[in-house]
This record gives sequence, C-alpha cells and structure tokens, in this order.
Amino acid sequence: MSESNSVGIVKAQVAHFTTPLTLQSGDVLPQYHLSYETYGKLNAAKTNAVLICHALSGNHHVAGRYSPEDKYPGWWDNLIGPGKPLDTNKFFVIGLNNLGGCHGSSGPSSVNPLTDKPYSATFPIVTVEDWVESQARLLDSLGIQQLAAVIGGSLGGMQALQWNIAYPERVRHAFIIASAPNLTAQNMAFNEVARQAIITDPEFFEGDYYNHGTVPRRGLRIARMLGHITYLSDDVMGEKFGRKLRHGELKYGFDVEFEMESYLRYQGDKFAGEFDANTYLRMTRALDYFDPAKAHNGELSQALKGAKAKFMVISFTSDWRFSPARSREIVQALLDNALPVKYAEVTAEHGHDAFLMPDPHYHAIMRAYLEQIKV
Amino acid sequence: MMNNANNTNIRADFALITNWVSTKAKVLDLGCGDGTLLTHLHQTLQTTGYGIEKDDANWLTALKNGVDVIQMNLEEGLSGFEDQSFDTVILSQTLQAMHNTETIVQEMLRVGREAIVTFPNFGYWRNRMQITLGNMPVSKTLPYQWYDTPNVHLCTIHDFDIFCKNHHIEVMERKVITEGKDVHVLPNLMGNLAMYRLKNSA
Repeated sequence: MSESNSVGIVKAQVAHFTTPLTLQSGDVLPQYHLSYETYGKLNAAKTNAVLICHALSGNHHVAGRYSPEDKYPGWWDNLIGPGKPLDTNKFFVIGLNNLGGCHGSSGPSSVNPLTDKPYSATFPIVTVEDWVESQARLLDSLGIQQLAAVIGGSLGGMQALQWNIAYPERVRHAFIIASAPNLTAQNMAFNEVARQAIITDPEFFEGDYYNHGTVPRRGLRIARMLGHITYLSDDVMGEKFGRKLRHGELKYGFDVEFEMESYLRYQGDKFAGEFDANTYLRMTRALDYFDPAKAHNGELSQALKGAKAKFMVISFTSDWRFSPARSREIVQALLDNALPVKYAEVTAEHGHDAFLMPDPHYHAIMRAYLEQIKV
Repeated sequence: MMNNANNTNIRADFALITNWVSTKAKVLDLGCGDGTLLTHLHQTLQTTGYGIEKDDANWLTALKNGVDVIQMNLEEGLSGFEDQSFDTVILSQTLQAMHNTETIVQEMLRVGREAIVTFPNFGYWRNRMQITLGNMPVSKTLPYQWYDTPNVHLCTIHDFDIFCKNHHIEVMERKVITEGKDVHVLPNLMGNLAMYRLKNSA
C-alpha cells in the first residue's frame, strides 16, 4: 500500500483453545477458537502489548487492509499505525473477534466441532466477563503476561473496565472510551426492540435459520437502523440530512422520501448482508448484563477496589447513548479508590459514533497519553 | 481559567501555597490550568492528587505534564469527590471568575480538610485609583478590559474576611503580597494578591 502510516496488508490468525471455558451462565464451552490480528512487533520483554476490545458490531480487523484492493481498512485504522496516535512502531497491537462473534471466532454461525453443524441457537450466551477470560487466555497463548494498555470504546470500554476487575495485575493502563458502568433502562430498551425485530422475523426460526436456508434479514436490518439512530446526535443528523428530499419532491408514498431514510435503509441493508443475527442478539445481551457494581450493592467503587492500572476515561458531549454522565460515574469510582485517572469530555457533534472519528483533539489526547507509556 | 498575572506574583503565589501544603499531602487543584502548580507541589513535596480543568488546551497541556486531570466545570460543584477525601483543595486566582462562588468555597471545605484560596485584591490602591479616575481597573493582576473580562465576582480582602465569618469558615493563615513581597501594613489597600488558608470552624 502506498498509504503512509498504515499498518499495510494484514492477515487474520486463529488461536485454538482446548481447555474448557466455564461461562457466567454456567454453560461450558469445551473448546473454541478466536480470530485475531496483530500489528507492530512484540518486544523481547513483552511489555508493549496493547489489546483492543471491540464494540457491538466490531471484530478483530482493527487496522490495515487484507489486500490493496480492499475498499475499507480495519474499523479503527485512523488511530492505529506507524506514526498514528497508537503507534505501531512502539506498540504491539492485538485485535480479536470476541466469542459469539461472526467474523471467525467461535460463535453461532461457526461449526461446532462436536456436531459438524453450525452451533446455531445452541451457542451459549456470553458475557463481558467471559470475553475478558477468553482474551486473557489469548494473551497467555501469545506469552504476554501484562498489557501496556487495554483500549475499548462502548461495549469495548466495558471489557477494558472488566480487565481491571478480573486481572488487575495484568493491566498497566486502561482506556475506557464512550462507555458506561452498566446500561440504563432506556439503553437496554433499544436493545430489546432490536432483538424483538430479529426474533419475530419469520425467517429467524428460533435462531436455527442456517438449517432452513434463510437469513432474518428484515429483523437485522431494522435492528441496525434503530442502532444507527441512537449512535448519532440530533444535530449531526440534522446537519447531514435535515429534511432533504431524495427525489426533490414528495411522492406521497412509503418509498424513500427523505435522504435520512435512504441512509438508514442503506446502513440496514449493508449490515444485514454481512452480520449474523444470532451474534447480534448475543452482543446486545452482553451489553445488558454487564453490571460489575451489582455484586457490591451497586457500589462501583467496591468493584474496582483491586484495580491497579492508570486510567484514561473519555466521553463525548453529544453522545446520548453513552452519555458523559455515565463516564463520570466510572471516574467517580476510580477517584474513590484514589486511582490515577485522567478524564476528558470531548466536545464532538457525532454522538456515540464520535469515538471512532478522527477528531483532532480526541486523537491528540490519545497520542499524548500513549506517548507517555513506557514500554 | 487561571488569570495571566505577572510571573513574579505567580511564583510568589506558588511558593506560598507550597508552604501551606504538607509533604505527601493529597491535593486537589481547581482550575489547574496547565498543571504547573501540581507539578511543582509533586516535585517539592511528593504530593499526590488531581487537577480539575475545563479548557481543552489547558487540559491537554496538563496531561502532557503528567497531571491526573479531570475535565469538568467547577460551576457544577465537586460532586464525584467524597467528603474530606483531600488534605488540601486549592483555588488559585480563579475565585473571581466563578459564578457559583459561594458553592465552590463550601464544596472545597466539604471535600478537603483545608482549602487555599488566592485572588486579586480589588481593594488594592491602584485599582481604587483607576475607579476614582473613572475607569474600571486594568493591571497585571486584572489584565482585562471591562468588556472581555472573565471576572464576575471581584472582591476585596475586607469582603472576603466578612464572607468567611458569615460562612463559619476559619481563616488559619492569610498572606497579602504585592510584586512578590509581603504586605503587612494596610493590606486591603497595599496588597494586590490575597491568599487564604481556610478550614471549617469547629
């Protein structure tokens, strides 16, 4: 690639695990595999590893391209690369696809080696806690004892937080971006509508659509359209689409009239063609279930009592799905424990999506902090 | 948020603040700017703690200076900080720019065992002189025109003494300085920077 400061052409790898994983639900995965990618070089002392935890629809393809013809790079390519804020000349960056995913890791759409059929609806519900456990095993397999940093946005931020609860001694720095210590009722309500759209799709077949040769495309499409509304701010939707008409005049029907509708339908169709509905159900449940304070009478500070890392918490002013107030709850719990924490409330118009945007101030923060980490 | 007062006064201000902070104290600096004071306290007294800063550019510089800096608006109080969780809470030359002046001073003494407040003394004779001559004061400690000043609650040393008395705040120590020198005679007239070390009255 001629692209300067890109990690270039990348290749996914797969790690197989045969030690059974007992999940929060009590279910056991006897064996599983995880897709992952790495960028940069692990140093001899293995002190420069950074783990990227993905959000709802993310995966292990975080940076670079699979081929020069690839239309899009990895989902956080603007952050990661030689000379970029997360500099791959310095850090060894690991991205993985979480368990239950649909991009190469064991999940509902992957083949269960015990039956030689897709797991389908039998794939268990996995949680943020389960993911962190599987991520720790991936690090074990790579010989990495301690992370220089764990970085995650949204659902990824929950995993970054959980790392400090499950494996505090294995994290030196934690970036919790556009996240929350749990979901509010309103936030979970959006997930429930999304799931209902999928589950009530006649082509869902209780999750066994692979064996029926169908895809619950309509449900997935609606789920994604709803999601997109909540990831954007009112202002940015207004700015991007306003009341602009698709055909310059009203058609008095229910086809696309407004540009906004065209955008949502496009996003919905695109997503329905590439994402697995069973994975979507599981990802939203992982979001709903995460609540580390629950075991401590709702006291998040108690849940974080054992944390040892230095924290960088970032929120975005126009993000109403994971509002700054929710990030401040995390900050408060860290302050209660007198832990080192920096908190930035970035002025940004892009709503929840802002954490994936190359906002200059946001990236300056990431760069400045990451530059200070000694490896 | 910090006013761009002249360097002599900033250094004198910081040196005196250092005298009022104990070794290894846990410090909260409100409106910490680029983090110079916290860095100075950490280097000289091995203090720990946090800075609070609203402005993006200052916040980023404070981060680069290694300060644990929290971006928030002081006008909203210090919710998020537990009662009596700091040894000293500092408000350096920011009081006069606060809207919720009363709240912030009370919040400082809720969160900290002691508070240090410094502000430009509006009663300084040069300020009085400019008022007498018919203009709003503009000086090294008040470097703004009336139409662009962030200062909304300027007060005199006399005013602040009364404020403390009415709010059951004990003045543990008070220093008044002009051009870096201590002022002992007629402080409300001769001093241009006031510094208070405060705690709640028992």
